[in-house]
Amino acid sequence: MSDIQNISRRVFIKNMGLASGGLILACNYTLFSKEIKSENLTEFNPNLFVQLNSDGSLIIIASRSEMGNGVRTSLSSVVADEMEADWSRVTVKQAVGDEKYGDQNTDGSRSVTYLYETMRKMGAMTRMMLITAAAKKWKVPENECVAQNHFIIHSSGKKIGFGELVDTVQTLPVPTTISYKNPKDFKYIGKNLKSIDIKNFVNGSAIYGIDKRLPNMKFVAIARCPVTFGTVKSFDKTAALKIRGVLNVIELPKIERPFGPLGGVAVIASNTWAAFKGREALEIKWNYGKNEGYDSEKYMAELTERVHKEGKVEKEIGDINKAFGEASKVVESTFQLPHLAHAPMEVPNAVAWVQGDTCEVWAPTQSPQTAREEVLAYLGTTKDKVTINVTFLGGGFGRKSKPDYIVEAVMVSKAINAPVQVVWSREDDIKHGYYHTVSSQYMKASLDTQGNVTGWLHRSAFPTIMSTFKPGTEYPAGWEASSAADVPFEIKNLKIESGQAPAMVRIGWMRSVINILHGFSINVFADELAYAANQDPLEFRLKLIGSDRIEDTKDPIKYDTARLKNVLKKAAKNANWGKPLPKGHAHGLAVHYSFNSYVASVVEISMVDDKIKTHNVHTVIDCGTAVNRDTIKSQLEGAAIFGMSIAYYGKITAKDGAIEQNSYSDYRMVRMNEIPKVHVEIVESTGTPTGVGEPGVPVIAPAIINAVYKLTGKRYYNLPLSDYDLA
Amino acid sequence: MTTLLINKKKYTIDIDPEMPLLWAIRDSIGLTGTKFGCGIGACGACKVLVDNVATYSCLTPVSTVVGKNITTIEGTSENLQLLQKSWEKFNVPQCGYCQSGQLITATSLLNSNKNPSDNDIDDAMSGNICRCGTYQRIKNAIKHTVELKKQR
Repeated sequence: MSDIQNISRRVFIKNMGLASGGLILACNYTLFSKEIKSENLTEFNPNLFVQLNSDGSLIIIASRSEMGNGVRTSLSSVVADEMEADWSRVTVKQAVGDEKYGDQNTDGSRSVTYLYETMRKMGAMTRMMLITAAAKKWKVPENECVAQNHFIIHSSGKKIGFGELVDTVQTLPVPTTISYKNPKDFKYIGKNLKSIDIKNFVNGSAIYGIDKRLPNMKFVAIARCPVTFGTVKSFDKTAALKIRGVLNVIELPKIERPFGPLGGVAVIASNTWAAFKGREALEIKWNYGKNEGYDSEKYMAELTERVHKEGKVEKEIGDINKAFGEASKVVESTFQLPHLAHAPMEVPNAVAWVQGDTCEVWAPTQSPQTAREEVLAYLGTTKDKVTINVTFLGGGFGRKSKPDYIVEAVMVSKAINAPVQVVWSREDDIKHGYYHTVSSQYMKASLDTQGNVTGWLHRSAFPTIMSTFKPGTEYPAGWEASSAADVPFEIKNLKIESGQAPAMVRIGWMRSVINILHGFSINVFADELAYAANQDPLEFRLKLIGSDRIEDTKDPIKYDTARLKNVLKKAAKNANWGKPLPKGHAHGLAVHYSFNSYVASVVEISMVDDKIKTHNVHTVIDCGTAVNRDTIKSQLEGAAIFGMSIAYYGKITAKDGAIEQNSYSDYRMVRMNEIPKVHVEIVESTGTPTGVGEPGVPVIAPAIINAVYKLTGKRYYNLPLSDYDLA
Repeated sequence: MTTLLINKKKYTIDIDPEMPLLWAIRDSIGLTGTKFGCGIGACGACKVLVDNVATYSCLTPVSTVVGKNITTIEGTSENLQLLQKSWEKFNVPQCGYCQSGQLITATSLLNSNKNPSDNDIDDAMSGNICRCGTYQRIKNAIKHTVELKKQR
């Protein structure tokens, strides 16, 4: 039995390594099965995710991180639904980082995509075993018994609670074939469940990483070099040590790994404020290193120069030069988008306690297994000695996939032999992030006399995320280039190119990642082409997407252009596209496929005191099976605001190698007085559940730009709009 | 020694009187529902009620609030409790981190204004950032609470 499990596990991990959905469907549920323990008769653990207690209480394990994505609720509800459990008896327990749970990296909007079928299996097998147990107890055929809301009910009318079956069910084998509920009978899946953690969120008792406390825990602030990858030359700690509450000051080396800490000088104190004050009192001389010359304005000019020349060909169909030569009209535009920072409300922070060769961490992390690998690499101990506890995350957006801040805490704890909490200030967060990339893009298209697009050239230059994993990488990875190459337009002549772009800061992935820049340029340029062709942007776009077909994206989850057109049509209908609007108002649209989901947004704007006011956002998503409708709705409401912040204010710049922004004061966010009404429709579907957290973001900024053009006749190609005094 | 009155309970702590109230509450007293967001009064995550008025605890030295009534998210107040129920009804939080500050600010608004207009809500709440973007639900939850109170 154990050999079989091991084999299926290796196959499973290998499959998970391929960054795509669907493969999980082939996973064998025995991976998660545990040997039934007969000695403890008060609890039943049929698999790693379910623990039923004899009092009927049910614990469901969340292997993915909760950062506002609602995953503790959605995936647990899938288990509970298939199990016919009573949701009010469920508590969710957060898993530590461990490969036995499969992939735990909570990013790429894929938690539900990956785990939906597995969670159904976990619930269904438990339900089946409970039915078998009841039948055995009653000495009746199993097919006379059904599970219903935490009870097994016999056709005679007698019933028994799940908890009362715990002793009997312990002795049963795990079923070899699973029977599922008919989706028509789902009680939780496809409904509106409130967050299972809601009470703790509103009464302040939810414990985020920054709230973790240990006896005798010290608080730590770290001074890092203003220039990325610079190092400490020398420092004077005299003044810092005089600050009340400051206990110690130590130097931290830089660790040369993708998620290695930047190094610096750590101030250890009895409270966070003293640590911050002590840090201010440090006098440090830095070796700024090779990135000292980074000037993001000059760099943007260089990127732009590069996209105005031929680049590395990523995809080529037909002959664009011929198309351009024969065109009735040629349109060309250049788009410039700045670096962005994640800026989650909860700053990076971690508690670590290294004792001898063991280490325990409590941290808000999107990827506890990555954290464990990095901690292991630093400590050189064995896996069983390192425990990563996952707290609630006060937002993640990709920042908390990178565990540099966790390793910092481990380094300090080891150095001073005490439990510590490393806390970043907001300034640290803004100035030392893994930034969303900076980009320049050049686009050129040809139109024939009927306004059909005959040629499409798209050149992008941006520092690649791969530069974080393999320093010196200066061209995008295939998946980065493909977000431009997979443009779903029926155009006979097409060329996609990439330009060279060295990274001068740490490049990371931020909510919707590469789609931020490609979703922007493609949607704005397509809108521009509609006007060049004298056609309505909606009709033009539907024609550009063209026939109903499956796009060749090499992804097991198919890209269906009919679904893409469907969300666009629905969003337009919901917004009353083409109908008269209040005077001074205008619509703009965008549609984009990402994370295997289809999203369209139509925004309605006006100008108030020469500033843009966004009044309404009509978003439609097709994400396959909707697991928790209210979570999907809230994610898209949030994505509209996140996208607006990018459009209005998002800009990180560097001068002399140092990031110029400091905090929410100069890296601004959309606030309550600026919000539109966000209206969300979820397309009914029984397909594979696909991404929800990210795909709502990329459509917002281009839809706003397109609405501004409609309203003012001025086309803006660069973000943010605050640079034009429009926000 | 400094004595603070928080949630109707007295806490006597040995700290620098210039320490911002935020860190006294979180690190010295151990009430962690009040959050650190920016430390410069730009995000509102740290707000607490000082004599019923929402105050940026990250900018408030403890020496200035000795003897005053401080209420955190862990405390009780009629408006706070009504708002918390509305927050649940509208399933407001996503990550939840900023919600203590949002609830405290909304409580302060309802303490001083029984019938806030949309503009009043915008004015009161615009000092609070929610990076997840739950503003629409926050607004709806506040308006719902106002309606509930009118009906009583």
